[in-house]
Amino acid sequence: MSADGDVKALRRKGRIVVVGASLAGLRAAETLRDQGFTGSLTLVGDEPYEPYDRPPLSKQVLLGLECAEDTALPRTRDIDAEWRLGVAAAGLDRAAKDVRLVNGDTLPYDRLLITTGTKARPWFHPEEAALDGVFVLRTRDDSARLFRKLAAGPRRVLVIGAGFTGSEIASVCRERDVEVTVAERAPAPLVGALGEVVATVAARLQRDHGVDLRCGVSVTALEGDPAGRLRRAHLSDGSAIDVDVAVVCLGALRNTEWLAGSGLAAGPRGVACDAGCRVFDANGIVTDDIYAAGDVARCPHPLFGYQFLSLEHWGNAVEQARIAAHNMLCASTDRRPHLWVPMFWSVQFGVNIKSVGVPTLGDQLVVAQGALDEARFVAVYGYRGRVIAAASFDAGKWLGFYQQQIEAGAPFPPDYALVDRRTDTLQPVDPAFPDPHLPTHEPTVTVTGHSPTERRVQFVAPHA
Amino acid sequence: MSLATMSAQITDFANRADPYPLYAALRESPVTRQDDGSYLVSTYYEVRSLANDPRLSNDLRNRPPGAGGPAVAEEDPNQPPSFIFHDPPEHERLRDTAMRQFGPPHSPRFLHDMREDLAKIITDLLDPLEGKTEVDVVDDFAYPLPVTAICKILGVPREDEPLFHGWADTVASGLDPSQGKEKPRQARVELGAYLSDLIDSRRRHPGNGILGPLARETGPGGSMSKAELVATSMLLLIAGHETTVNLISNTTLTLMRHPDILKRFQSEPGLVVPLIEEVLRYEPPVQFVPFTIALSDIDIAGTTIPKGSQVWLLLASANRDPKRFADPDRFDPDREDNQHLGFYTGIHYCFGAPLARMEAQLALPQLFRRIENPRLLADPPPYRVNPVLRGPRHLPLAIDGLVA
Repeated sequence: MSADGDVKALRRKGRIVVVGASLAGLRAAETLRDQGFTGSLTLVGDEPYEPYDRPPLSKQVLLGLECAEDTALPRTRDIDAEWRLGVAAAGLDRAAKDVRLVNGDTLPYDRLLITTGTKARPWFHPEEAALDGVFVLRTRDDSARLFRKLAAGPRRVLVIGAGFTGSEIASVCRERDVEVTVAERAPAPLVGALGEVVATVAARLQRDHGVDLRCGVSVTALEGDPAGRLRRAHLSDGSAIDVDVAVVCLGALRNTEWLAGSGLAAGPRGVACDAGCRVFDANGIVTDDIYAAGDVARCPHPLFGYQFLSLEHWGNAVEQARIAAHNMLCASTDRRPHLWVPMFWSVQFGVNIKSVGVPTLGDQLVVAQGALDEARFVAVYGYRGRVIAAASFDAGKWLGFYQQQIEAGAPFPPDYALVDRRTDTLQPVDPAFPDPHLPTHEPTVTVTGHSPTERRVQFVAPHA
Repeated sequence: MSLATMSAQITDFANRADPYPLYAALRESPVTRQDDGSYLVSTYYEVRSLANDPRLSNDLRNRPPGAGGPAVAEEDPNQPPSFIFHDPPEHERLRDTAMRQFGPPHSPRFLHDMREDLAKIITDLLDPLEGKTEVDVVDDFAYPLPVTAICKILGVPREDEPLFHGWADTVASGLDPSQGKEKPRQARVELGAYLSDLIDSRRRHPGNGILGPLARETGPGGSMSKAELVATSMLLLIAGHETTVNLISNTTLTLMRHPDILKRFQSEPGLVVPLIEEVLRYEPPVQFVPFTIALSDIDIAGTTIPKGSQVWLLLASANRDPKRFADPDRFDPDREDNQHLGFYTGIHYCFGAPLARMEAQLALPQLFRRIENPRLLADPPPYRVNPVLRGPRHLPLAIDGLVA
């Protein structure tokens, strides 16, 4: 059967299941209807809520400027979908073409879209994680709980991990006049995303705003009282801090467990798909009926050496969802690539931080505009002599220009005159990212079989 | 028509009522070199890209010798240019300091709290039309509304208006590349002296308006010098005089030319939001920005704009680029994804855009609710001379009366 031949029938009366009812799932559903899909559409979400917006959860909600309940995403149109909320997907049978839910229901599909996103990486010690006062922040409920705790006026909050979420929470604490300690294993906040040169500015911002920032240490244990309330945290440098609240901000884990055994290339690093959002099976063969988008997806980007990028970016979720929805409804020749240039933003300590491109690929950096000292600048990252990324502090309006430079493969360092070009780091320097050669992931697959007809890839469980 | 004379054609008053065929001809090539070495940029993506390009400077000190542009006495330390004519970091320091009075995060309710005042100004302007059979929308409504509003905001006595009306108009005419610079320069000095006195008196007796607080404001970049304060208030005063008036009158004219949409608007006042956005695309009050300077060679759309060139960004032409807007010459308030350049884009995006939108969104439903059976008495109406801040000088309408 030709995959293209039945496109018309699919559009008219096909069955599409979207697993993951958040930003990507919703925008994909809207695009499907926009593009004339009149078949049945089912959205599955493990939370009881309709899709909501996450960026306010670590900012406005914690500040009390917005209620966690009021973060529902605006709809661009009616999607006429069957909603299966509060019930997670438990498995996928690709041969039978159905999704199994935890309540035992099965949802048959002609096309499946995986938008299950990520969850917060939990504290490594389950008993400590269960202490009253230990939080993660990913969902609406997480945010509402943390808001109540912060509103109750804790004596001191410990933020574990100074990535974007952790730094935003630290910022909120200071704005609420709550004492906060940030413990970060790296030498500065945001180092993993932006490198140490820029991260030094982030560190200064935190300290200038009264954050007790402790870098180069990790939290080794959380200690509770007999009633199960968090009391103290122990650090790797031997010190201990009395805290009532700890927020664990150690990044995200991709929600792919439900795909175990499905034969898809879905592991801890996400669901691998091509630039058209079609999911690969474990053997690296592209499927034609299963698509992925958003935080859970991992796809090759032509601008960045065809590296498989998985991006936890709001804009990526929207754009990738639209591409996936478009592609699942059209003939192969009409499919579009997901060429979105990665972009994200954050607000902390009154500063708007934005990034475009993939800074972590950078091997050199110049401050092209503004000055690090003033926390108002654009840092441009180069990779082998071309512009690969830019990050701005309070200068986000310029990033469109740098995006064009990235898209055009413009030479690095930039050698032209610009407004606001200052003397700060005009010579390229090492952006100082953590050594990428330090292993962070175990191998996750093995190849089995001998004859060409039976050679296959199998996922293996990570070693405990 | 020779392309070499295109900028002269655009500024030629004969083309004021309908410059759009000229823009269409210009869009044949996105970037056009003029005989005087300046470059006209006419297509949407190119204009947007250059407006966001840090290699393009607004600082008049970078102008090549003999180049046109607004009249400012750049050598006179007592008459510094306003923040429009600065690049970062000075631009950010001045604009951010001014912004602290106008909007979030420091003054989040500023505009919201003006709504009632504006509604009252609108009523006070419309009520006297009772019993008239003819109105001049410009003189009777579109001009006095924003002027009264900006006077109130700045705390400028309304009765001084006849005094500075002439100055504001003359200073703004300095933007016209085809006009002489001496008169605008002189008007600037006189208006500056007036504002300087006013600021002194507001410092002593802080009345209403933001001039007093602005004089005391100490933003992250420190406070403004007296001369900077004068330049900033002059900018706000002139922008309040010369732009929103065109937005209101252009909207009125466009509605009169589209009776079907007018009819719909009268029964559907909520249409005003997309309607105003479409006017900003279709008949933008600021037609082009003729004074930016390339700091480096800039490759764009197959052309290299050499370092030191003066660059005109034709916003009104970009807004009608068929590569960006389907059927661009059609006025369509239902247009989706209407990301026009009517307020410019980038770091110099119109400072007063939220105020202008609010004024227009409050004014037009009231105007068309109250005037009965309006008929256009002249089409095209007589236009103002200024090609940059383009709009009718008068907009006479016959009406049957006024609804209460």
